[in-house]
Amino acid sequence: MALESLDVRRRSASETRAPDIRSRQEVAKLIDISRCIGCKACQAACMEWNDLREEVGATAGAYDNPADLTASSWTVMRFFEEELPERGLQWLIVKDGCLHCSDPGCLKACPAPGAIVQLSNGIVDFQQEACIGCGYCQAGCPFDVPRYSPKDDKAYKCTLCSDRVAVGLEPACIKTCPTQALSFGAKEDMRALADERVGELKERGYGQAQVYDPSGVGGTHVLYVMPHGDPALYRKPRDPSISPLVALWRSTFARTLGAVTMGAVFLAGFFHWMKVGPVDPDARPEGGEEKRS
Amino acid sequence: MSVTPPRHGHAFAAERPPDALQRYSEASRLTHWAVALAYVLLFCSGLALFHPFFFWLSGLFGSAALMRVLHPFIGVALAVLFFAYASRLWRENLLLPSDRRWLRGMLGYMTGRDELRVEGKYNAGQKLMYWSMIGFVAGLLATGLLLWRPYVAPAIPVDGRRLAAVLHAVFAFVMFVGIGVHVYAALWTRGSMRAMTQGWVTRRWARYHHPGWYERETAGEPPPDRRESA
Repeated sequence: MALESLDVRRRSASETRAPDIRSRQEVAKLIDISRCIGCKACQAACMEWNDLREEVGATAGAYDNPADLTASSWTVMRFFEEELPERGLQWLIVKDGCLHCSDPGCLKACPAPGAIVQLSNGIVDFQQEACIGCGYCQAGCPFDVPRYSPKDDKAYKCTLCSDRVAVGLEPACIKTCPTQALSFGAKEDMRALADERVGELKERGYGQAQVYDPSGVGGTHVLYVMPHGDPALYRKPRDPSISPLVALWRSTFARTLGAVTMGAVFLAGFFHWMKVGPVDPDARPEGGEEKRS
Repeated sequence: MSVTPPRHGHAFAAERPPDALQRYSEASRLTHWAVALAYVLLFCSGLALFHPFFFWLSGLFGSAALMRVLHPFIGVALAVLFFAYASRLWRENLLLPSDRRWLRGMLGYMTGRDELRVEGKYNAGQKLMYWSMIGFVAGLLATGLLLWRPYVAPAIPVDGRRLAAVLHAVFAFVMFVGIGVHVYAALWTRGSMRAMTQGWVTRRWARYHHPGWYERETAGEPPPDRRESA
């Protein structure tokens, strides 16, 4: 079964291999947008389980509350009014948060060993005690998810309730969803369920309906069923992947090139000294400096 | 009764001869070494952030989190000191026609032949180092500011920060090569390190490496033959 102990598969800024003798079943959360009623019970459950309290703010004239993800709001319901060509005005409700990529840009960009880990069940978890507050995870993320807290200079995001999953529970948001818009289980089961729901939606006339499990980041451990298909309608990138700039910057190639360059400077100096030796005009016979061209 | 050392082949001068020439003022030297110190700290902390192999360098700063906080402040300090220092040197670093000749003969000089005549206080290699450092310090300052948490980075679009991070790393490595050449050249050219620690050079050093500067510095003095034999 999917709900079992959590081995670390990858650690940020760590060159050696993580223990991988045991391979755990990958888990996933399925967010079926077609079933979501925007009640925000998941948001409240996330706050309750993770003991988070958002600062009381002011309404921006929309249902979004808070208006964006923050260091203490790891999931936020977003509401979009969209005029669709064939369907007219549509109210799209998207539960936003971390998608737990198989190839996480945040982990790739993080310079602090072990501040970001990927568990063998696919959960990407921030370890705030190792976080140095550089914000590189934000530059690495293709989905603009991690949030930086000015209070403690650490980055935060959804943990997929790794603490609950570790002891065989489902994430708090799943537990509380009243409409079965949220499901949790083995990734392959969730993928099958998502495909099934897309089939149902297509029968009901949503011809464009599709599953959002973008391959550019190796697939995600949070899947969406998008009734209108186009991810851009739901403010998700159509084809997300780690930015080529981040990939270059944190690549083994660049890091090795940098280290080799440094070594080459030392070696070049050492061997030049050994071959040519120092220039010391004071050691030359008097007048030696006159015979220059 | 003291013994006068022989003037022929007396090698590296450890004590200041009475006729030594002042090459760097005390203020210049102190600023130079403050910049150097800041550079070493920046390099160690930057390297720890760049490559996990060097993450242990963060221990020099107490903790990695503290190092991350200090790095940009030290960077701004370096830039301020560097540009204050460099702004006093630009005139001596303007490129002259003779610098082109010097650069053509540079490879020969590096492999042990004599140096081509240098007109000014600095040779063409030093001048290129000067101008490239102006560029790289400016580039590192600009890209570093864009990444500065929590002050500047939140206002910068994410693609801007990504580009800044890549350029910051590229500039830092090219600068490392430049500083490596700079430090090595100072060690290799005996007397240069002493010039930057104590300020003075021997007359032979000046005549050999910077004859144009030597002639300017000694213009008002009596002819060399009388002075040397005195």
